[in-house]
Amino acid sequence: MTDTWSWLTFAGLGAFHGLNPAMGWLFAVALGLHRQSRTVVMVSLVPIALGHATSVATVAGLLVLAGAFIPHNLVRVGAGAALLAWAAYHWHFRHRHRVRFGMQVGLWGLAAWSFLMAAAHGAGLMLWPVLMGTCLDSGTAGAGFASPLTSAFTGVGIHTLAMMTTTAAIAVVVHEWLGVAVLRSAWLNFDLLWVAALVTTGVLLVGNVF
Amino acid sequence: MPTWKPDPSFYPSPRMAMKAAPETLAYVAAFDPDRKTPDALAVVDVDPNSTNYSQIIGSTAMPNVGDELHHFGWNACSSCLCPNAPHAHVERRYLVVPGLRSSRIHILDTKPDPRNPKIVKVVEPEEVADKAGYSRPHTVHCGPEGIYVAALGNREGKGPGGIFLMDHETFDVRGQWEMDRGPQHFAYDAWWHLGHDTLVTSEWGTPDTFENGLIPEVLLGAKYGRRLHFWDLHKRKHLQTIDFGDKYQLVFELRPAHDPTKAYGFVNCVISLENLSSSIWTWYKDGDKWAVKKVIEIPAEPASGDDLPPLLKGFKAVPPLVTDIDLSMDDKFLYVACWGTGDLHQYDVSDPFNPKLTGKVRIGGIVSRATHPGAKNGKLSGGPQMVEISRDGRRVYFTNSLYGAIDPQFYPDGIEGWMVKLDADANGGIAFDPKFFVEWPAPHRPHQVRLEGGDCSSDSYCYP
Repeated sequence: MTDTWSWLTFAGLGAFHGLNPAMGWLFAVALGLHRQSRTVVMVSLVPIALGHATSVATVAGLLVLAGAFIPHNLVRVGAGAALLAWAAYHWHFRHRHRVRFGMQVGLWGLAAWSFLMAAAHGAGLMLWPVLMGTCLDSGTAGAGFASPLTSAFTGVGIHTLAMMTTTAAIAVVVHEWLGVAVLRSAWLNFDLLWVAALVTTGVLLVGNVF
Repeated sequence: MPTWKPDPSFYPSPRMAMKAAPETLAYVAAFDPDRKTPDALAVVDVDPNSTNYSQIIGSTAMPNVGDELHHFGWNACSSCLCPNAPHAHVERRYLVVPGLRSSRIHILDTKPDPRNPKIVKVVEPEEVADKAGYSRPHTVHCGPEGIYVAALGNREGKGPGGIFLMDHETFDVRGQWEMDRGPQHFAYDAWWHLGHDTLVTSEWGTPDTFENGLIPEVLLGAKYGRRLHFWDLHKRKHLQTIDFGDKYQLVFELRPAHDPTKAYGFVNCVISLENLSSSIWTWYKDGDKWAVKKVIEIPAEPASGDDLPPLLKGFKAVPPLVTDIDLSMDDKFLYVACWGTGDLHQYDVSDPFNPKLTGKVRIGGIVSRATHPGAKNGKLSGGPQMVEISRDGRRVYFTNSLYGAIDPQFYPDGIEGWMVKLDADANGGIAFDPKFFVEWPAPHRPHQVRLEGGDCSSDSYCYP
């Protein structure tokens, strides 16, 4: 995979995550409506992006760590299996999570909420195929941390930027123009799309396509 | 099967829910007070254009006898659109119908044929006791973590009562809701302010003090419940108790404002030991704490001892016995059912601290036995009890039985069940729909009403 395609994939997945109402834009809109403030919508985006980035970066870091010690083929298959397992988990238990934060949430709470939502949805895992391509190219274990870590964090940065831009764009459009009535018709079942994305990436990894 | 779009009966805000199409069906819990025939969930045609208008067009019998169906609710509702815990693609499809006496919970599927709901699962009382430690399930609400059920007793039928969670798709009992119950012991109703992360509970008493009827010594000794409890909805932790004082007994139905930005609600106190009056209280946020204020007092009416049941003879008065209230979707009108006197009041509560009486009808009542234009029998028994309001606020339905063991204490000649409907003017004022009088078939009596697609006590909202 060329670098350009990798960066585009990071960005595309960021946009996909940002589109999902469960990843934050809807919470930002709701907080803005409750506190009757456009500023609140915009400020909320910062902890949402921060929580998401931390969650995704943690998972990316794990991959780099694994790549330093474990043969890459094994990492690849393990990552694929993890994605498929997560898809199954998400399918069965997606609605069973404890709800820890509500409408009175503060900025740190919102970051923690975003972190947990991204983790529970396997958002970071979804980046593994493209991370495999950019970080673990050399094919052998023990190639070191520095270069893979830089690539991983660049990828996570691009991903987060795209996620935040999408989140901000939708939040503003819904808050300023469309209104939440649009939820009734335009809220596609992201849980289904999400499971499909997890399965696809899992299969790609196990099948060694990247 | 999963759906691509949210359930069409979910609305982000109460304002939007008011624009929903009028309901065509009402589901009504009906029970046999003699516990000889199975209780049933009845379906009443409420479509004025139907030839079966105001008739029972379906009835699903429970598999056992003696459940005492009472309150019930939907598996999912508009709170599924909340941003912090979104489950927008769950269907509002199943009715969760507990037996208050048996502690058995029936799951009825309304989807294949809304006029003929089918029992698809029965959760036995042992499962509730083993997994949650509770019994006597009462209020059912769909909410952020699934289905919340307020139970009046622990597994032995004593205290504390509390709340347990059920999965809104598999209906597995997921366990006790409280993580720190503080001083709370009695349970009754539970609801919340989603905009303020606050859950509120009220108090009746433990099952051993009401399952054979109200115990006069307990009541006159002010030993039934008289408190409100406020909880952190997400930490599941008790925060504050408000005691109404030893004059007040039985603090029952919780009706928080539907607008999630508003931090107030209404609760009824059934009886004052001082003068037999009923009262309505507004609870509200006062700085960091919650507070209450009595906003309505409905006095007892003088009566001849000859017209009164043994329990009341000495008092020479009919207590109003306000046992249910309901708040319209726009938080503008509060309906108050006076089961003792037979009145149903409508108050304008636009200012929640200064309600204004805007409408009143009378039907049944311990002394008045008032009739209805559609009734064959001139003297009706029972009085206004469970009230339900359509989402647009234009139609109000109610039934006349309170609870099997308590009905004969106030209506010793027996209660013949009925269900009626009021038409409500958008600017205030109520009147009976003369064409809507459901004479309930014996031996059953009707209790709670739920309307197709949701009503004013089923859904909660995250967006103003």
